Amino acid sequence: MKILYALILCLFVYQAQAEIEYRDFKQPEQEQAYQTLISELRCLVCQNQTIADSNADLAKDLRRQVYEMLQQGKSRQDIVDFMTDRYGDFVMYKPALKLKTMLLWLGPVLFLVIGLATVWVLRSKTGSSDEQLTKEQQAKLNSILEKGDDA
Amino acid sequence: MKYLLPLLLFIALSVFLAIGLKLNPREIPSPLIDKPAPAFNLPVLATPEQRLSQADFKGKVWLLNVWASWCVSCREEHPLLIELAKQNKVLLVGLNYKDEAQAANAWLGKHGNPYNVSVMDADGRVGIDYGVYGVPETFVIDKRGVVRYKHTGPVQPGELENIFLPLIEKLEAESA
Repeated sequence: MKILYALILCLFVYQAQAEIEYRDFKQPEQEQAYQTLISELRCLVCQNQTIADSNADLAKDLRRQVYEMLQQGKSRQDIVDFMTDRYGDFVMYKPALKLKTMLLWLGPVLFLVIGLATVWVLRSKTGSSDEQLTKEQQAKLNSILEKGDDA
Repeated sequence: MKYLLPLLLFIALSVFLAIGLKLNPREIPSPLIDKPAPAFNLPVLATPEQRLSQADFKGKVWLLNVWASWCVSCREEHPLLIELAKQNKVLLVGLNYKDEAQAANAWLGKHGNPYNVSVMDADGRVGIDYGVYGVPETFVIDKRGVVRYKHTGPVQPGELENIFLPLIEKLEAESA
């Protein structure tokens, strides 16, 4: 039981944030924007972490960049453009929806549709091949049902 | 016939997975290709009172090699850069990235200096403008100051002869 409690408690553990710098914000909205942005930008050194999670030097520099741009009154879109102009779409954990990233966005839906279509085709095929039992088969079935299989 | 479709699907899947295995996830295409090289104005490593900008290299084909004394894999490509410098075919500019002048100069003294000139990007801001994420990186910039090629990670022996030198030759032939 103790183990179960421990496991349940594990569910409430939030992902650790590597960010340690103290940032001073004039408005709470700005701080909110900062937190959102750094958790959406990929650290390109440690590719499966955001710059909020990563302690890599580059992540620190990019956090500084985001902070400074917010201080200069730049909008969220300005900062996203700044990053993608330099590092490409890959820098965004959630890449923009455009022609180049279409497959990325629509791929999963496409595969789901292909999967469903396959299932549907296979089912309708086996469904149509369901034939009626012949008289002999029906008689055999009845005898099995009455006497059991080993008769 | 019954097994043909699964077999084809299996082959298709294998081909995709095989391609995926060969791709390098660290190789991120640079959005800077065919764009003007980002501007900088940085102190020269050897003579910090002097400053250089990307505009100073206009009219020349040049390589911008991002390096640092703390960068282990820079050591790996260093002999190749020395070899390239000996051939004297292209202007080799070093971007000394997030380093200290003293350590950087000592490193060049110890291993040899292949660069025509190195500039200091101490806080890595120019690095961000160039989309640097894994030192060493090498940019090939043409006479008009446009980035034509980017290589991430240490340059491998074959790549100098097969990629860089032919490209440099081609760009040299272009008009400024």
